[in-house]
Amino acid sequence: MPALPLDEAGKYVAGAYVVFLTLIVVYVAILGAKIARIDREITELAAEDEE
Amino acid sequence: MYSKGLKPLSVATVVTLATAMALVFFYAPLDADQGFVQKIFYVHVPMAIVALCGFVAGGVMAIRHLRSGDRSWDMRSYVAIHISIILGVGVLVTGSIWAKASWGHWWVWDEPVLVSFLVVFLLYCVYYPLRFSIEDPERQARYSSVFAIVAGAFVPLNFAAVRLAESYTHPRVLSQTGGSLPGDMRLTFLVSLLAMALLFVTLWKLELTAKHASMQLKRLRRKLAEREAVTA
Repeated sequence: MPALPLDEAGKYVAGAYVVFLTLIVVYVAILGAKIARIDREITELAAEDEE
Repeated sequence: MYSKGLKPLSVATVVTLATAMALVFFYAPLDADQGFVQKIFYVHVPMAIVALCGFVAGGVMAIRHLRSGDRSWDMRSYVAIHISIILGVGVLVTGSIWAKASWGHWWVWDEPVLVSFLVVFLLYCVYYPLRFSIEDPERQARYSSVFAIVAGAFVPLNFAAVRLAESYTHPRVLSQTGGSLPGDMRLTFLVSLLAMALLFVTLWKLELTAKHASMQLKRLRRKLAEREAVTA
């Protein structure tokens, strides 16, 4: 197949890179939420222990 | 324990990823055959290589678990496979986008590279139900390790079988004769590969840190509950 014109190829290239970045951002966000929850629970536990 | 060196590693990953993106879009020349669409190559192929290496690394860590009986190696193996599966999703989606742009089809069943990667990906999808269907932690770790070793050994075999196949449509970038990539494209590819490898290690360490903290929290809760029961 001949090379696609830039305006059409751009959509595919942008799509591929958006997929990659979305995967990483979503994964890091889930991990971040998990770490924040652990941090919150440790603070609660420390407060409980002090009471 | 696992968080040691995570901060500089994260910075190095972000810098290398940004450098790789800059090289892809501002340095690497347009491919004479595929044009701008070939830029997908710099994200798709490194992701595939790192995902496959992650599967093999998971197998090696599983061997260490079975040899030492140390469950932390099973956790390391599990996280490596988990991240490789996530990257695998990215490989399949970006591969489909590239296939549509280059060949006019979202999926080509007679292309050995695509199909073999799908086979490996589906094989590893079995890992989750296998692991989480076993409640006893010792047995869970042992069975998961056996699976990780067998599947990990299948990955290079599968790769070799594809290399021996006759029809090639993917560019040969890492062949013994030097491949078909010109110098500036090769440099961009290698930086992208390094960025992807650093990303894998960073996510692996981050996930292990979260898992380790979660386990310590559970242990702490249990101890606190035991202490309260004694004092009550």
